[in-house]
Amino acid sequence: MQIHGWGRYPSVDSEITSPLSAKDAVTQVNRIGSLVPRGLARSYGDSSLADRVLETQYLNHFEAFDERSGLLTCEAGVSLDEILRVFVPRGWFLPVTPGTRFITVGGAIASDVHGKNHHVQGTFGAHVTELRLLLGNGEQAVTSPTDKPDLFRATCGGMGLTGVILSATVQLKPIRSSDIVETTIKAPSLEAVLAAFNEHESSTYSVAWIDCLARGKNLGRSLLTVGEHAESGPLQVSPSRAITVPLDAPAFLLNSLTMRAFNSLYYAKTVRASHTRRIPFEPFFYPLDRVHDWNRLYGKPGFVQYQFMLPREAGVAGLRDVLERIAASGRGSTLAVLKVFGAGNDNHLSFPGPGYTLALDFKAEPAVFALLDTLDRVVLDYGGRIYVTKDARMSEETFKRSYPRWQEFESVRGKYHAFGKFASAQSIRLGLQ
Amino acid sequence: MRRIVIVGATSAIAEHCARIWNSGEPVELTLVGRDRRRLDLVAKDLQVRNATNTVEVVVTDFLDPIAVQRTVDSAAVRGPVDIVLVAHGTLPDQAIVEESLALSHAAIEINALSPVMFAEGFANQMLHAGTGTLALISSVAGDRGRRSNYIYGASKALLSTFAAGLQHRAAGTKVKVVLIKPGPTDTPMTRELKSGGARLAPVGDVAAQIVRAIDRGTPVLYVPGIWRVIMFVIRAIPAKVFNRLPL
Repeated sequence: MQIHGWGRYPSVDSEITSPLSAKDAVTQVNRIGSLVPRGLARSYGDSSLADRVLETQYLNHFEAFDERSGLLTCEAGVSLDEILRVFVPRGWFLPVTPGTRFITVGGAIASDVHGKNHHVQGTFGAHVTELRLLLGNGEQAVTSPTDKPDLFRATCGGMGLTGVILSATVQLKPIRSSDIVETTIKAPSLEAVLAAFNEHESSTYSVAWIDCLARGKNLGRSLLTVGEHAESGPLQVSPSRAITVPLDAPAFLLNSLTMRAFNSLYYAKTVRASHTRRIPFEPFFYPLDRVHDWNRLYGKPGFVQYQFMLPREAGVAGLRDVLERIAASGRGSTLAVLKVFGAGNDNHLSFPGPGYTLALDFKAEPAVFALLDTLDRVVLDYGGRIYVTKDARMSEETFKRSYPRWQEFESVRGKYHAFGKFASAQSIRLGLQ
Repeated sequence: MRRIVIVGATSAIAEHCARIWNSGEPVELTLVGRDRRRLDLVAKDLQVRNATNTVEVVVTDFLDPIAVQRTVDSAAVRGPVDIVLVAHGTLPDQAIVEESLALSHAAIEINALSPVMFAEGFANQMLHAGTGTLALISSVAGDRGRRSNYIYGASKALLSTFAAGLQHRAAGTKVKVVLIKPGPTDTPMTRELKSGGARLAPVGDVAAQIVRAIDRGTPVLYVPGIWRVIMFVIRAIPAKVFNRLPL
């Protein structure tokens, strides 16, 4: 059947297999020539697309939980949403969460996802103490930061290309309340928002929404949001009241005029320079999860999300350079997300590193692809890179220049029988075996 | 504390019902199935989700009347059972089963004879105890035979007629019989339909409606509800017209 990622671009015709158990997954991997594992398909581009796909939706069982240490072992298809539903009422939270809870544990590891606490807690993989991986030869390997560390480093951030993650042990984090004390700070310029990040570097969570369409003296105007878990209060998960986008929006709905208006309104929403409130964790971490299938708002052509990072050395000048190009093109998304990253890690293909990251959406159309090719060159020149999980179009050259450890990654894949067994449309495009 | 027995507990709908029961008032769950490894996985999952409930696993032969009776008897040893959900079934490929009498036989055995044995066994027990709710998962496919799945559909029709008879027998007692007719639901059983592009109901939603119907003692539940209307229309189509439809 025809499948696509969250950006709905591109799509491929794929044969899908959904094993009922780890044992069944072994049978399928032995039977099928080459495949890519797929969780909830929230990667944006072609990371989970291939002629043959192995879905982990039925590998959705919790296996063990230690109430004293907070170590949770579960199958790879368990979603972060499910973990929150079961464990928030018991006083435990995810160590790291991206902007959607509708991803699987396997996907969180394969993308080595980051969240608003990256500057203090690192990526999701940093909180995985052990995982069980189904290799290309049908054998199962247990790996951890100390047990076959090369395999572990390749698998965290390895986009499912080292094997099928069957289960993992994750260190949950204790909380006293499910509420977040959130402070929003209005920053009128790029310099102001970076200074504000700096000022709040001891905050557990921080992220900024930046208006990419603002130009001139308003360039980079942002709302910085910082947050902490409340010290006391309820431990609860709100019943889902999501609304669903029932059909593809007409393509003209999101144009530069409507976006400009939206951004100005969004920025004007916060009147005071700084504003603190207490809110449930859901709207703090997952504002977009409230609209199911919001990706359909971009209409039938779909969209691409462009997320890049620039090293700290690139500084304000680098960010300004990229932002000016986006603003000049007039094609930037409604809002973009800006975050200051903390230290990087030792995983071969992990995206975050010390510096800045910006994520924005573009409608999938020819002019946009040309713009993004230009941006790729700018990002590379500053020593930055593109987030593979969001990518649908970067070139092999861009990838190999910005992820210099790709050869190390390939040698680990070779050693653990992944060649010819695990590949995606993306891995082929990026020139991986 | 409610005592609940789930037959065919590794089936996706049953497992999701179990997760709902496990997350509410205290319960004692007995999971009956054929594959010990998968049953243990389901049981362990339920225990991680809620460590305060008791979850017991019973592996038995689903086709042997003596084994079924033994399972029914042992479930009642510790007192009356409040809810029994008989949930197992398989969706065979009609084109393959109609070419083999052995496969047709096997499909009818597991989809009709086996659930009837469990249901009859537990119904006898409940009627004896004077209390309990027995729920059976049939299918909208049992409402009218059609060429694409009539072996499966006929098996489910047998369950529906059986349940109607049991409801008649239980009338005037406190025993309730709930007949559940799911439309196509997103479970491992319907993987083939899904890859063919069929729209399937989310299994969590279907399970939530089943749990509610069991609490209320609803005699016949179509889930999602729209299937009551669809099947009313399908049943009303004259055979002359129906037999020319590509269903």
